[in-house]
Amino acid sequence: MRQALALVLLFWSLVAAGIDTEPAFEDEALQARYEKIIDEVRCLKCQNQTIKDSNAFLAADLRREIRGLLADGKSDEEVYDFLVERYGEFALYRPRLSGKTLILWLAPALLVLGGVFLLVRILRRRMSLPIDDEALELSTDDDAHAQG
Amino acid sequence: MMLRYIFLIVAFIALMVMFSIGLRKDPSALPSPFIDKAAPAFELPDLEDPQKTVSRDDLLGKKTLVNVWATWCVGCREEHAYLMQLAQSGAIPIYGINWRDNRDDALRWLQQYGNPYVASGFDADARVGIDWGVYGAPETFLVDEQGVVLHKHLGPLDAVIWQRDFVPLLALVTGDES
Repeated sequence: MRQALALVLLFWSLVAAGIDTEPAFEDEALQARYEKIIDEVRCLKCQNQTIKDSNAFLAADLRREIRGLLADGKSDEEVYDFLVERYGEFALYRPRLSGKTLILWLAPALLVLGGVFLLVRILRRRMSLPIDDEALELSTDDDAHAQG
Repeated sequence: MMLRYIFLIVAFIALMVMFSIGLRKDPSALPSPFIDKAAPAFELPDLEDPQKTVSRDDLLGKKTLVNVWATWCVGCREEHAYLMQLAQSGAIPIYGINWRDNRDDALRWLQQYGNPYVASGFDADARVGIDWGVYGAPETFLVDEQGVVLHKHLGPLDAVIWQRDFVPLLALVTGDES
């Protein structure tokens, strides 16, 4: 049991140590901002990972750049601008609202509205049907009972 | 109930069209934000002669290719013969950005396979690569006389891609608003 636990911990430590090997910022607030940003930036080389999760070259380079920008006192917004200027809006997992990304933000609401509209139409149609099948069936059942 | 069938058929066709376009696209090819914008400024030590530099100014005055390459990059090896051919044909001067590489390896590569580049900048720590939005070698940019990026190709370049995507842009007369 203890051996198994030791093994699990060993492998877990490998996972934990693998990605970001740079020392943390001394300023905790800065470190928190850094971690939030790298969790929101897509690794363009490995598109379904954030640069926080990825050990690709590119992710390490981008982490280094972001670290440098934050150390220079740049705001979060300036860091995102830096990335979008170079890699496009796709680099951000949470693309900013703009003409180009409007459809991404509006689509879910539009789809829900469309669904509600269809649902209402179908329900209305059902309600306006003269007799529904279930009632019909029940009444014939009753007839059968009566006869039996 | 004719209407319902028509709706289903239309929806089906719409889906098929969407898939047949969407599934054929390469999801790793991203539009470069630099198209039709000024190429980012850079200044790198020359790979072959560290005393000299390669910079954005070297690109101006003619159309050029900027090719991002590295010795560890398989696609670069793949396209190298074609780059040699292109350079020898005199179609366009090619500048290299040797990206995240080792100088000795890069020099050996050029010696062994030939050097298609007018000059290569040595970008060991990938800072220029990031400024150019590079995310995977090989990448090839077509830059015009004024230093504006006209096109970017991701992945190995070959004759078919050159003819299809680059040649039409070469004829383009840019700048000179007069």
